[in-house]
Amino acid sequence: MSMSLAVKTENLGRVFRLKRREGKTPRGEPARKEVVALSGVDLEVPAGELFGVLGPNGAGKTTLIKVLNTLLSPTSGRARVAGVDVCENPAEVRRHIGVVSGGETSGYGLLTVEENLWMFTQFYGLSSREGKRRIAYLLDIVGLADRAKTKIYHLSTGMRQKMNFARGFLTDPEILFLDEPTLGLDVQTSRLLRDFVRRWMEEQRERTILLTTHYMQEADELCGRVAIIDQGTILACDRPAALKRKLQGSSAVRLQLVGVEDPQGLAERLRELGALTLSEVDGHLEVDLILERDNAIQRALGMVGESGGEIVGLQKREPTLEDVFIALVGRGLSGEGR
Amino acid sequence: MRLRREGALFLRTVIGRAYPRMVGLQREKSWLVFDVLLPLLQVSAFVFIYRAVQAPPEFTGFVVLGGAMTAYWMNVLWNMASQLYWEKETGNLEIYMVAPTSRMAILLGMALGGMVATTVRAAAVLILGTLLFRVEIALTDAPALVGVFLLTLVALYGMGMLLSSLYLLFGREAWHMSNLLQEPVYLLSGLYFPVRSLGAWAAAGASLIPMTLGLDAMRQLLFPAMTDFAFLPVHYELAILGGLSILFVGGARWALAYMEGVARRQGRLTVRGQ
Repeated sequence: MSMSLAVKTENLGRVFRLKRREGKTPRGEPARKEVVALSGVDLEVPAGELFGVLGPNGAGKTTLIKVLNTLLSPTSGRARVAGVDVCENPAEVRRHIGVVSGGETSGYGLLTVEENLWMFTQFYGLSSREGKRRIAYLLDIVGLADRAKTKIYHLSTGMRQKMNFARGFLTDPEILFLDEPTLGLDVQTSRLLRDFVRRWMEEQRERTILLTTHYMQEADELCGRVAIIDQGTILACDRPAALKRKLQGSSAVRLQLVGVEDPQGLAERLRELGALTLSEVDGHLEVDLILERDNAIQRALGMVGESGGEIVGLQKREPTLEDVFIALVGRGLSGEGR
Repeated sequence: MRLRREGALFLRTVIGRAYPRMVGLQREKSWLVFDVLLPLLQVSAFVFIYRAVQAPPEFTGFVVLGGAMTAYWMNVLWNMASQLYWEKETGNLEIYMVAPTSRMAILLGMALGGMVATTVRAAAVLILGTLLFRVEIALTDAPALVGVFLLTLVALYGMGMLLSSLYLLFGREAWHMSNLLQEPVYLLSGLYFPVRSLGAWAAAGASLIPMTLGLDAMRQLLFPAMTDFAFLPVHYELAILGGLSILFVGGARWALAYMEGVARRQGRLTVRGQ
């Protein structure tokens, strides 16, 4: 892997053919429904990069990871991991990778944390001594050292997630896929794990991480570059700062409103000025607007007035990756705003 | 060098996967009730029936031996055949699939762990049953008995390994499949009676279940006075068990590779709830 690309995909696609339930097939339609999970994905991730894939739930992030870690075959295009084609030689690909998925429930409840992790080290050929040394080190890092001898059915969901996180790093893989690794974790734990990821990357320059997340702060904080994905297609790919710079000239504004009689009607009108998301927060309507021109704010305020709404808060802020996403697809990462 | 590394990885995987079976299964103390006392109750019922009809005392030994072997069948059915399905449901299967190790090593680890853990249970049934019902054993050929026993286990767990991939391929509900197979095998393999009683054709068909011939051969070797009830000579049974071992272990290897191919193409086998 000299000047090597840790991951390269060319026109990668994955279509799922789902069987319709008997009696549920509309007349004249095929018995199988096709769902496009990935379409025309081109990515190049050099070795040593912490690369993020940011998108809402169902955008295709996990499918992409599954193709790259050899769990799924692509239906079109090619993917190479550590220079090896995932279809031609999946066994070789597996020698170079590690995977951690958020919300994972792996392991055996009757075994202790230490025993579970030891078992996984054996599947990677680590000697027992080396495995135990790394287990102790990683349990300390993730704050589970005092739970090493606890059977995992006594662990909370967060603790189990920490254990799974540690498992991914046990074998010190060349390329690590982190699929929503902080999903469901509290803020403090997420920060702890993010700090560790950063340190782990700094320890050896050749290590590569491909991180999927729908937490824009996570992507922003950790990743050298970020690809924004929606409905299986990569919409943009660049450094977080560069992506946000694309919104220069635009204004990111948050309005907090009360008394709006027809929020959807107002949203329709505001959409003439730029992309937006709409949500109910603490009894008021919160509108995040990406205005294409700075001076459009006056018009936006006028529209609010015409809708009978009253402005209780107005905040102009620096664009975030979420704003980039809103500007690209017209809705937020959590899915609202369409 | 590479071969040596691969061999070491294979061995580590077998041991790694066998460990939770050997340790985990014994940690739930309920096994003493479910895997020792309950089978003994079932054995008792048959012992009393045979005694009531004044069957030769060796029949008590037949039943106790059958009761001990039940533990292996239960283990193969519930902890081997259904295992990949449960691994999928608990989220372990994906981790196995992305590990750079042989899937056969993982299955072998499951089988080996299951054998060791179940032997503790089977031995408990055998010892307690022998003492409780005063079974008299007249062992004629110890090496042959060990050979039959080991080959029976290899063939039986080979069948379990094969079934584990098939369950995953064809059965969404492994639980129902296991339920479906449990009782017919009790009957067909002659766990509590000489399989010859089923008639030659039925017994020949039942011989596809490794326990059928294994039990028949072990009974001949432990209770030589009862050879009139034997289905086939021991050396034939040994040869057939050897053939079944190759067939099932080879079949398991093929089925596993096929299952993995389907999993990657269809993307459903390693996903929970499918």
